[in-house]
Amino acid sequence: MGGNGVRHALRRPEFLRTALPWRAAGYLLVTGVSGVLLCVGLLLAVVVAGVLAVVLVGLPLLAALALSGVGYARWERWLLRLPDGTRVADPHHVPDRPGLSAWVRLRYREPATWRELGFTVLAAFLLWPVDLIVVACALGVPACLLAALPMLLLDGEQVHVLKLWEVHSPAVAGALGLAAPVLLALAAYPLTVVAAGRAALARLLLSPGGQELRIGELVSSRARLVDAFEAERRRIERDLHDGAQQRLVALSMTLGLARLDAPPGSPLAAQLTAAQRQAGEALAELRELINGIHPQVLTDRGLPDACADAADRSPVPVEVRFDLPGRLPPAVESAGYFAVCEALANVARHSGATAARVEGRYADGLLTIDVSDDGSGGADPAGGTGLTGLADRVAVVDGALTVDSPAGGPTLLRVEIPCTPLSPTRSA
Amino acid sequence: MHPTEPDPLRIVLAEDGVLLREGLIGLLARFGHRVVAAVGDADALHAAVDTHTPDLVITDVRMPPGQTDEGLRAAVALRERRPGLPVLVLSQYVQRSYAADMLDSGDGSGVGYLLKDRIGQIDDFLTAVATVAAGGTVVDPEVVRQLLRRRRDPLERLTPREREVLALMAEGRSNAAICRELVVSEAAVSKHIGNILMKLDLPPAEETHRRVMAVLEFLRA
Repeated sequence: MGGNGVRHALRRPEFLRTALPWRAAGYLLVTGVSGVLLCVGLLLAVVVAGVLAVVLVGLPLLAALALSGVGYARWERWLLRLPDGTRVADPHHVPDRPGLSAWVRLRYREPATWRELGFTVLAAFLLWPVDLIVVACALGVPACLLAALPMLLLDGEQVHVLKLWEVHSPAVAGALGLAAPVLLALAAYPLTVVAAGRAALARLLLSPGGQELRIGELVSSRARLVDAFEAERRRIERDLHDGAQQRLVALSMTLGLARLDAPPGSPLAAQLTAAQRQAGEALAELRELINGIHPQVLTDRGLPDACADAADRSPVPVEVRFDLPGRLPPAVESAGYFAVCEALANVARHSGATAARVEGRYADGLLTIDVSDDGSGGADPAGGTGLTGLADRVAVVDGALTVDSPAGGPTLLRVEIPCTPLSPTRSA
Repeated sequence: MHPTEPDPLRIVLAEDGVLLREGLIGLLARFGHRVVAAVGDADALHAAVDTHTPDLVITDVRMPPGQTDEGLRAAVALRERRPGLPVLVLSQYVQRSYAADMLDSGDGSGVGYLLKDRIGQIDDFLTAVATVAAGGTVVDPEVVRQLLRRRRDPLERLTPREREVLALMAEGRSNAAICRELVVSEAAVSKHIGNILMKLDLPPAEETHRRVMAVLEFLRA
């Protein structure tokens, strides 16, 4: 419920009959009480950590304290359902690797963590007194007025209402009792406003910022698409390999046997020979097709071997050199491989080069692949669709493509993709 | 070269595609060979070889459970355990690195890397089977053709004719077969081979098969 929602709700005549004021009171009561507990807990933790810091043991504890906001914020986000029933999205990202250290590293880097810590400190030392005072006034005052008459009747002489007035007559006490519901109804308005304000503050600090929300969604949906695309490529490749390719081989074998049985030199033998040649051509085409979809060597051996294989097929002699710490994520290997293939195709088609070089290396979270040739240069990323397509392909995995190709050459094409090598156990 | 009367071989076959497996068993049986075990994955291949000690292993590259190059890795591992075991790898891929792995295993003799397309050329296939079982080396002509398109060290020093001879050596041809193919005298072939071995820096040695070393050099280039 935003500010407009609250204003609208307060103006409606049936406001007092809705559950809204009661939910607001419940919200403030719970946040007030949890604020007190939080305050005590934080003070204790700070004192303990401070004392232990003298012997250095407390330093990690102090560091961990910075993450306390993450836990408390989760509770506050859950509580935000109380005043108006809306849910608040978690602003944090899911770590890309399992394990505590990956989680901690990610949390320290996220701005949301520090906003949450700020809110937690605010809740612990400023907000809870306000919460409790407002609830106490809104509910406590009418309750005392209501209690005046029964207490006077019990005591018989006099009763102190709110420690302010001495009331002796049952008539006055009765009037106060009648005034209580009116006061309660009036208090419902400021109570609801305060609760809504507090909820708005919590939502502002604890929900994903606009940028976080959008970029987070975009990045994860794009990553999902890339992975799905990659999986689909492999599925098609596998289906063709296990299906059509096997059948064609079996067909070719049957034709070959039939040819042995046919009388040598007969028209039948000639036809069988032709049929077998066609089957062979179909097999060769299918093999090229499958290799274009997803080469098996890329799955089996990774980028260096797959690029060496692509170099084998290039009409221009290509030297391939890679220095990688291990296997890279499939989407990265695939993007790198197809970039190299496209680059080598360009070298063969346009550059007039007599030699090319593919050099790959990995350092500081960045895979760099250089494809250079001794051709005539003049390659323009803005001009050719090939280079634009290549840049798009690399951009999908957050990579970048740069081309240095002065007229007269030589051309250097560089692909850079940020990534983390897979652990050796997965590549083995 | 008609494989009319080959020595009957006891063969262990590893191929997960049922169609091809049954076809191969029939084909080999028709020409007098016996498939003593037909298996569908790498573990079963190891077990079958231990049980039957075959004359030849024929294996697919891609096999369960991983559906990656497990057949090839199993072949290399088998050759490490039993250096003399002849292994013929059937593949759908024209890949130098796969073929090079095979030749690198053991002393490089008694290995073959053939495209599955070649099975249909019954004569060629049976010749390859016999060659590998007899300790020869066979690399698929398609892989050889791809390699020939690249001209770099150390093959640069070879003349075009010598490269042709080397390519035929890689395909597992004997000197006699090479001189038939190129229509030259056997003495000329011997001279070419001598030049190739010299240019590739492979002096005569007791312990290594120089022909295999030359083919390996060719694959690595």
